[in-house]
Amino acid sequence: MIELTEVTKRFGGTTAPAVDRLTLTVADGEVVVLVGPSGCGKTTTLKMINRLIEPTSGTISIDGVDVTGLEPHELRRGIGYVIQQIGLFPHRTVRENIATVPRLLGWDRARIERRVRELAETTDLGDDMLDRYPSELSGGQRQRVGVARALAADPPILLMDEPFGAVDPIVRAKLQDELLELQRRLRKTIVLVTHDIDEAIKLGDRVAILSVGGHLEQYAPPEELLRAPANDFVADFLGSDRGIKRLSLIRIADIDLEPGPVVPPGTDVDRARAVMAGYDTDWVAVVDGDRMLGWVTNDGLDGRSTIDGVDLEPFVTRLTPNNTLEEALDAAISSHTAIAAVFDGERFLGMITVERISREIVR
Amino acid sequence: MIAQAADQPFVRWDWIVDHVDDIWAATWEHIVLTAIAVGVGFVISLALSMLALRHRRAYGPITWVTGILYTIPSLALFAFLVPITGLTTLTAEIGLVSYTLLILIRNIVAGIDGVPASVRESAVGMGYTRRRLFLEIELPLALPVIVAGIRIAAVTTIGLVTITALIGKGGLGFLILRGLNLFYSPVGTTQIVVGTVMSVILAVAVDLSLVGAERAMTPWSRRRSR
Ligand SMILES: Nc1ncnc2c1ncn2[C@@H]1O[C@H](COP(=O)(O)OP(=O)(O)OP(=O)(O)O)[C@@H](O)[C@H]1O
Ligand SMILES: [Mg+2]
Repeated sequence: MIELTEVTKRFGGTTAPAVDRLTLTVADGEVVVLVGPSGCGKTTTLKMINRLIEPTSGTISIDGVDVTGLEPHELRRGIGYVIQQIGLFPHRTVRENIATVPRLLGWDRARIERRVRELAETTDLGDDMLDRYPSELSGGQRQRVGVARALAADPPILLMDEPFGAVDPIVRAKLQDELLELQRRLRKTIVLVTHDIDEAIKLGDRVAILSVGGHLEQYAPPEELLRAPANDFVADFLGSDRGIKRLSLIRIADIDLEPGPVVPPGTDVDRARAVMAGYDTDWVAVVDGDRMLGWVTNDGLDGRSTIDGVDLEPFVTRLTPNNTLEEALDAAISSHTAIAAVFDGERFLGMITVERISREIVR
Repeated sequence: MIAQAADQPFVRWDWIVDHVDDIWAATWEHIVLTAIAVGVGFVISLALSMLALRHRRAYGPITWVTGILYTIPSLALFAFLVPITGLTTLTAEIGLVSYTLLILIRNIVAGIDGVPASVRESAVGMGYTRRRLFLEIELPLALPVIVAGIRIAAVTTIGLVTITALIGKGGLGFLILRGLNLFYSPVGTTQIVVGTVMSVILAVAVDLSLVGAERAMTPWSRRRSR
């Protein structure tokens, strides 16, 4: 656990503090993202944790131990550190770069080599890359080496300062996914700095929003930030589309589904048409218990007395409880019916309407 | 006498053949004088550079003093030193070393300043101590610039060594000086030509081997340009 208590940093020759009485706790295994406009003190805060910058006042402790009581270089060897420019050593191969901290810690050769190979695999770097120099890698590959190097000695804590800032959006999205995947397995305590609110929402278990002068405006899980911004600054920073952004954080499993325009087999056509009218649709689905048989349009019912025997169309778009509301919205809108069906395997669970989703947006 | 000299061959090859051992001894002395000057100059420069890198305010005075040393005419410098340290190798080396300092210090400091801040930050952030940072990261990365300084210092020194002939040293300069004293004789011109040519060859050879050494020591920059 990392605890910052009333931490203030005033740089020499300045009156306004860069970080002002910041109190923040990062739990073990948690990803905390520091986000805010340029110059709000994110980097300064991060660097105070590994003592690249010393606080003017206040205390920082890791697992209850005040960091100022430790030798800086020993403290740092126990904390992974990744910066935007990555800072790979140009004169060392990828293998040697990854081995940096284990070498500083004096591991033996065989153990280092084993660890390097393991990390190359974890971070999806081919074996053939290990003997290259950083100048012979792409931006995304360099970033992976940076992460592998930070993880080398298996530190419980990882500090990352805009780690994906220098790569294009597509590579960035991929690296973000990889980090989440890595984190699922490794459960590190991560403090990550970004000025990209979408990255913060995507990666953070909790997000700390800072304003210039190092004021903590709000510290909460992304969903809560978007649902209940603490003040105008936070609301502005999240953007006017924060309702939509929130959809990506809510799973279908989190909300109540509606039955939708469905009828059991054997229903007579008049009844089926009444159900359609109730949902204001021109189609109806036939469900037998929890088995979805398919759907049929109003026209398809002409000249029939019951629903049995009509030609039923299958649902092409099938959502699962694990899908987000963002994905549900996309499915519902593109289905022209404004409704999407949710399945758990073969089991039909219910329907989700655009209307229902929009209620989550306004809330 | 002048007319007589014109009839003579410009270079007396037979003199060269008879004096191969002399020429070799002079060349060897030249190499030793140069190597000591550049070696000692480098050690002093490294120490002064580390001081300047740690205390920025020291950089100005250090370059000022070494700059003055660099501009003193070499003849005048030896004239100053002889009454103090005599006609010795020490006198020669004090002069030679002092001429290397400015170039070497400038290049060491520039080379280390040229190490990207991000590399330094990530190294310190991962737990490098100051000493290991200098030896394992900064120095190797500054190597191309430092070697460039050593090359200039070495070539300059090879030229300057000839002047130490005036205080009884001089390596190949000794041949040149003796030749000058016999200027109107073929044996004289031969010695001047041999001393000059050997000195130029030496300078080129040393420069090329330093380039080679740098390339061998910096495989990362070689591969990049491939
Ligand atoms: N070494 C320093 N000396 C003086 N002032 C500094 C120093 N480092 C940072 N500052 C100031 O402290 C404030 C916070 O800087 P910091 O680098 O923490 O911002 P940041 O939130 O990381 O910004 P960005 O998103 O642009 O990276 C800024 O006003 C900056 O100018
Ligand atoms: Mg920053």
